[in-house]
Amino acid sequence: MVAADPIAPAAGVPADDPSTVDPAVLRWADALRAAALLAVDPWGFGGVALKAGHGPVRERWLTVLKSLVPHGSPWRRIPIHAGDERLLGGLDLTATLAAGRPVAQTGLLAEADGGLLLLAMAERVPGTTASRLCAALDTGECALARDGLASSRPARFGVVALDEGVGDDPPPAGALLERLAFRIDLGEVPVGVTDAFGAPGDAGADAATVAAARLRMASVEVGDESVQALCATAMALGVSSARAPLMALRAARAAAALDGRDRVGPDDTSLAARLVLAPRATQWPAPPDAAPPEDPPDAPPPEAPPEPEPESDANEPPAAEDEDTVPEPQQPLDEVVLEAAKAAIPPGLLASLMLAANAAAAAGAGRAGVMRATRLRGRPAGTRPGTPRDGARLALVDTLRAAAPWQPLRRREALAREAAGAGAGAGAGAGKASASQRPTSTPAPRLALRASDLRVARLRERTETTTIFAIDASGSSALHRLAEAKGAVELLLADCYVRRDRVAVVAFRGRAAEVLLPPTRSLVRAKRSLAGLPGGGGTPLASGIDAVAGLAEGVARRGGSAVLVFLTDGRANVARDGSGGRARADEDARDAARRLRVAGHATLLLDTSPQPAPAAQALASAMAAAYVPLPRADAASIAAPVRAATGLGSRRAPGRAR
Amino acid sequence: MALAFPFSAIVGQDEMKRAILIAAVDPSVGGVLVLGDRGTGKSTAVRALAALLPKMKATVGCRYACDPAAPTGACTECDALKAGVKKVKSHLVPVPVVDLPLGATEDRVVGALDLERALTAGVKSFEPGLLARAHRGFLYVDEVNLLEDHLVDLLIDVAASGENVVEREGLSVRHPARFVLVGSGNPEEGELRPQLLDRFGLSVEVSTPTVLADRIEVVKRRDAFERDPQGFSDRWHAEDEKVRRRILKARDRVAGIEVPDSVLERAARLCMALGTDGLRGELTLMRAARALAALDGDAVVGDAHLRRVAPSALRHRLRRDPLDDTGTGARVERVVAEQIPG
Repeated sequence: MVAADPIAPAAGVPADDPSTVDPAVLRWADALRAAALLAVDPWGFGGVALKAGHGPVRERWLTVLKSLVPHGSPWRRIPIHAGDERLLGGLDLTATLAAGRPVAQTGLLAEADGGLLLLAMAERVPGTTASRLCAALDTGECALARDGLASSRPARFGVVALDEGVGDDPPPAGALLERLAFRIDLGEVPVGVTDAFGAPGDAGADAATVAAARLRMASVEVGDESVQALCATAMALGVSSARAPLMALRAARAAAALDGRDRVGPDDTSLAARLVLAPRATQWPAPPDAAPPEDPPDAPPPEAPPEPEPESDANEPPAAEDEDTVPEPQQPLDEVVLEAAKAAIPPGLLASLMLAANAAAAAGAGRAGVMRATRLRGRPAGTRPGTPRDGARLALVDTLRAAAPWQPLRRREALAREAAGAGAGAGAGAGKASASQRPTSTPAPRLALRASDLRVARLRERTETTTIFAIDASGSSALHRLAEAKGAVELLLADCYVRRDRVAVVAFRGRAAEVLLPPTRSLVRAKRSLAGLPGGGGTPLASGIDAVAGLAEGVARRGGSAVLVFLTDGRANVARDGSGGRARADEDARDAARRLRVAGHATLLLDTSPQPAPAAQALASAMAAAYVPLPRADAASIAAPVRAATGLGSRRAPGRAR
Repeated sequence: MALAFPFSAIVGQDEMKRAILIAAVDPSVGGVLVLGDRGTGKSTAVRALAALLPKMKATVGCRYACDPAAPTGACTECDALKAGVKKVKSHLVPVPVVDLPLGATEDRVVGALDLERALTAGVKSFEPGLLARAHRGFLYVDEVNLLEDHLVDLLIDVAASGENVVEREGLSVRHPARFVLVGSGNPEEGELRPQLLDRFGLSVEVSTPTVLADRIEVVKRRDAFERDPQGFSDRWHAEDEKVRRRILKARDRVAGIEVPDSVLERAARLCMALGTDGLRGELTLMRAARALAALDGDAVVGDAHLRRVAPSALRHRLRRDPLDDTGTGARVERVVAEQIPG
């Protein structure tokens, strides 16, 4: 990129001494670049997943983005619980009832055509909403086939998924994330950084350059070496989806177009890899010598240790240099691009990514809305007043029953109004079912129905159960008992398979507890995580209980129920902070147990000590758990009491919901 | 409707393409399950195939787009239309590909009371759902392994009977719903219920190409398509035309393909050796081999056909330990190699 490059990140950054540049500044600069690219082709890029809490940094980024898209292009916001009738459009029920003829309303997706759609609290968005967005992103149109209306309207928009998740909150639905080209994390960008250059003009581009780039983009040429570089980089980073390199290619093209060039340059490719491919990395690229075969042997060894900071610097300054030549002429483009992408992977991201991916997978795209599910799914269980929106089902008979007593009165009322208001003020006031409004003269309606008459069906659904196993793998739980515990868990897993429960595994040993497996349906993974569990070390019981409580809370928040199974001898010797000392550790454990009791989950404690131990008994009573001593456990004898004690075996009576 | 990516331009994924072609030739094979990562061209292939198929004849006025040649008694709408006239009017409609979104509600799937007409006209009438729209076409379920259980139940029931029976909200409707169920999903994200697994005729596993050159080709073609859909489709038109002719010919021929007893015996031996439950395995194996022979232009089903379809037809039918993480595909291939040498 050239010095006049409108999207050079360094607009307000001291580019002369890049080694001192704060990573947060670089991240913010990248975020702004992504905004500029997204503005060029919102639908083509699908959008951006913006991970940031509500606050000035996010607002500023959105302001910048808004200033870049052409003035007046749609900018809509989807609230978290927007129903289908708002997303896709459909019958406007109240208006329909009032007018006595079908009144259609346009949905948000169609309204956003050509612009951007903000998805608030994307991490909590129900799977239905996500799948609607995905369908529109795939086809570019919004197919409406509901309420007797059938139409298809263009809906080519970009999504700005505002992910406000913190900590181990699962990320937004995977299917949606997959279709969004950019992922930006503004979590660690301080407001001060954005003050330095966060004004709308500081993205380097403005609405005019973006508009010019939109026209130019289609004609930008891409050389084979760029395609190859992006594909090779995607492969090296373990990005399997074919969408990723495609999006990256588009990003490179948009970057060149923004720059006013007709051909994608190496810097465009690097930028694309950094913005699109790096955040999707699932593995750390192999060192050059083990890398793809087309790597020439002269790969410079100094490049091998992937230190984020110097690498990113190596890539930033060329952007400010006034040369279009490849910065490191000897280095093949593949490697330049890979280095750029590597540089953008923040340390520790990979680990958290994997964890997040697991959690998301387990949560499943369709599961985020379980709490609302009672309205949408399951078997009928009575009716209540309400309008049939968001998929709630109209209970016709009950609606008619509710309306029936009022019919004579309403008919009289309507006739009176017709007689009185034949002139001007007809239809004013509460005349919802006024027949006089209709130009075509049907006689007084057969049935005068008001919105207040509507009844919707209440549905009941079996809530999902997540069984959380907490396994004490410390030295005090003798090693053979650990093997038994593993065996028991495997037996229980088979049970969970039959019931379609989800399972999670927490292990505690040494200094702290570890979530081996976030809630998942994949029993294969549960088994694998168990098989690799080593034993030995101290007993950080308090941490173990805390970890379980955290998981269980997450399950409950999503509308499921958690069953906790502890396998321990109850003898703590490591406190919450990781320090030794039996007294402190015991106290912490009891405290944790009491907290768990308040949450009120079904809990079972299997005492794995050689003789029934008072410690385990005390712990069980502190957490209000069913206590099962297992002096001589084999796997089958552990599994049986768990089934009985948690009542799981009888849970799925087939006729329960009917 | 936007242009679909040309079927013949899909790079690699031969097993998936073969399975989908077989299902297109003989829908009675019973649906295709595609397991694999995101972004491997699963939905692209399904959409591409539907776009490739010739338009089908449908009765004008029938909401289920029935075949005018269908026997009476199958569809109440057609029966009403046919009553009193010698020949019903027909028109050509594209083969439907219907997406079943993950969060779909039951009433959207099976159909429900037409609210608008009920409220405005006081008429109790049925508004067909997704199953009705998928009749004679494809029902595509992405992330089928994450589908709600009660929807899965519905699908199983309808896919087996070819008929959707609605008894709700005072409605009592039955209509034909024969479709090729195409499901896709990532097994890492959740298990598929065994009952539904068994209902799929063929099961294929897809993965991203591991060869760099292939991946580059995927990206290049897709990029070319997105920049100029019409031009790209035109360039592949001849190839697509070939595939289309192959399917049509195979459809004509499939009923007359001979299945020698020796092949049936081999199929039975294969299933016994693998210990598959029930007879569905043999049946599917036989049907799929016959459709493949028809696609290949062969008059008789041979061992070679059997060998090629066996993994797809059987890999999901092995009685398996839910905790066993070794791939079942490998087991099938080994047994196939033993039973059908050559």
